[in-house]
Amino acid sequence: MAMVQSEIERLIKDALPGAHVVVVDLAGDGDHFGARITSEAFRGKTRIQQHKMVYDALRGQMGGALHALALETSAPK
Amino acid sequence: MSDPTAERIKDIVGGNDVVLFMKGVPAAPQCGFSAAVVQILSQLAVPFKSVDVLADQAIREGIKVYSDWPTIPQLYVKGEFVGGCDIVREMFQAGELGALLSEKGVAAAR
Repeated sequence: MAMVQSEIERLIKDALPGAHVVVVDLAGDGDHFGARITSEAFRGKTRIQQHKMVYDALRGQMGGALHALALETSAPK
Repeated sequence: MSDPTAERIKDIVGGNDVVLFMKGVPAAPQCGFSAAVVQILSQLAVPFKSVDVLADQAIREGIKVYSDWPTIPQLYVKGEFVGGCDIVREMFQAGELGALLSEKGVAAAR
């Protein structure tokens, strides 16, 4: 079962309080999403660490129920 | 995970300067994300070893454990995990991937 946009957004926001999260359904098929996330928690972290934090937030759904999530992460400017 | 799969992965990653774990083969990637990374490496003219995870279920699951990273493709340079498609693309666009490769002494073909 695919995940819905709002669920992805909620899981990320729960794990990264105060984060600015925009999730888009890239292909309109409910299966390929993109997320742009800005969070103070990313500051000083490498990209790998930042993406891992997001994957952790999704609690193992990534690569399973969630096939594709293109990530763009950054700390607030 | 002291199993033969982990050992095999360690050998592949340690035995090649640039390794891409992908879905399909470079000439015929089976996933858009794998295709994107192949294209970037081709643009950088860097020789790489590719491993088709679709052809090997043990590697497909094992590589995710090895890197603690849930998705394919995965790029390794000199034994070090660089990232998946998004990170590789971002680094390429920022000129960081080429810089990393030269820094690690991996010569581009041109």
